[in-house]
Amino acid sequence: MDKIRASLLKKSIATKIERRGKILSLSCLALIILVVFLIFYFVASRGLATFFQNHINLWHFLSGIQWNPGTIGTNGQPAVGALPMIVGSFLITIFSAIVATPFAIGTAVFMTEISPRRGAQILRPVTELLVGIPSVVYGFIGLQVVVPFVRNTFGGSGYGILSGTFVLFVMILPTVTSMSADALNAVPRYYREASLALGATRWQTIYKVVLRAAIPGMLTAIVFGMARAFGEALAVQMVIGNATLLPHNLVSPASTLTSILTMGIGNTVMGSLQNNALWSLAMILLLMSLLFNLIIRYIGRKGKLNHER
Amino acid sequence: MADNKTMTTDQRNIMTFDPQAHEIALSTEDLHVFYGNSEAISEGDLQFERYKITALIGPSGSGKSTYLRSLNRMNDRIATVKGKIMYRGLDINSNDIDVYEMRRHIGMVFQRPNPFAKSIYENIAFALRQRGMNKKADLDEIVERSLRQAAMWDQVKDDLNKSALALSGGQQQRLCIARAIAIKPDILLLDEPASALDPVSTSQIEDTLLELKQNYTIIIVTHNMQQASRISDYTAFFNLGKALEYAETGDIFTNPKVDLTNDYISGNFG
Repeated sequence: MDKIRASLLKKSIATKIERRGKILSLSCLALIILVVFLIFYFVASRGLATFFQNHINLWHFLSGIQWNPGTIGTNGQPAVGALPMIVGSFLITIFSAIVATPFAIGTAVFMTEISPRRGAQILRPVTELLVGIPSVVYGFIGLQVVVPFVRNTFGGSGYGILSGTFVLFVMILPTVTSMSADALNAVPRYYREASLALGATRWQTIYKVVLRAAIPGMLTAIVFGMARAFGEALAVQMVIGNATLLPHNLVSPASTLTSILTMGIGNTVMGSLQNNALWSLAMILLLMSLLFNLIIRYIGRKGKLNHER
Repeated sequence: MADNKTMTTDQRNIMTFDPQAHEIALSTEDLHVFYGNSEAISEGDLQFERYKITALIGPSGSGKSTYLRSLNRMNDRIATVKGKIMYRGLDINSNDIDVYEMRRHIGMVFQRPNPFAKSIYENIAFALRQRGMNKKADLDEIVERSLRQAAMWDQVKDDLNKSALALSGGQQQRLCIARAIAIKPDILLLDEPASALDPVSTSQIEDTLLELKQNYTIIIVTHNMQQASRISDYTAFFNLGKALEYAETGDIFTNPKVDLTNDYISGNFG
């Protein structure tokens, strides 16, 4: 009897291993949190230095249209105006999402509703293959194919928002497609059955029931695509022309936050205004991707409420 | 009809109707259903009389749900259905039939309540709108009539714009019945409509079905033998993809002719 009592009171090896495992996984989590926190801290401290050390007015930074840090612009203010890049980034993101969405939804509907077998066997692997292609390849094809095409068809130099839109369209299409397909697959089968049993046609079922029920998931897919488009640097940089000018039309050279960052970050000295200004651009990027994340979470939570039963 | 009584498992006793005395709403002829290569229904041919409730009973996997779902071709993309399904002198299992139009006349209610994530009103108006009915007055009238027929108008008349998902399980199922009868089908197929519900909701559904019998031919799959004996006029017993016995409900529960039916209803298997 006493043996059993003793064994019950003693910490067994299993308990110890369990505790060790718990500590190990907790420390992994802590490390990741630390890294994220440090990234935020570092970007913010450098990015905010533009405003606090170099005394650039935040409003001038966001609304100025001349970008040549370290010099004085024609209006007498320091030429640290990020508006052309902000506008470029937003335009290219929104345009590519607008172009990609109908294609993505059409493909996803075909993959899940119209021909699920071919969808699962051929289309899905192909779209997922597209995700894995390095962005420099997309950029190179953009440079060799899309830019001359735009130049010959729409005029201008070929470099600009339009070329960037085309390249990003192809880049985000697979992401949006496969996430939309997931959203459609997640629509319970009984929704379809209910609709079909009422005499609705397949098209009516897809359009009025399945797509409606999948709206939150598909919005998430689109926002995901937009986040990817917003953050894409290399491929865009290769086709957009990288002129820090407010874009007047879709075929004139423009720039995005990411393209100016990748172009300039190697050519500046740490701690200088030129360098700090780039960090400020990075800070805007970080804040935007944070915003995209929040939107995705918000939509996801709303979608869950809709499906609750 | 096979009258081979040498082996108990081959015993079958399937009633057929005299077409002079009974109006037949639906019947199957030589129906076979395959999932891939395996045959789910091999001998299931039955006739269903108009304005009666016919219950399909049998153990799990006996094929009764598969048979029911084949009747309005809900199995089209899932299984291969061979043979004839006769409705108003037409074989509705043929390619010439407009499936969507046919399902308007042969409606279905499923095991799990499956309202759309829309309001109560829109759940019922959905099918009507798909058919081009957009006049508010007409829709209002049909929504009210359907909900009254499903015996839930008084409970929900003030909440028509509330989400259907906020209703209780029993109410959701009656909404699904109301939705199905809003398009005035001829025949109503119900696949274990009360199996997910509590006893009170179940008896409300049963009352609703008995009411609906005046205007609809009802075919119901059920696991609950008391339910079958309470509400149905005829009962068919399925086992291993075959209809083994089909008779008046009173007869089948008091005096089954087939040994397996007897075993099943007395609880010896299944």
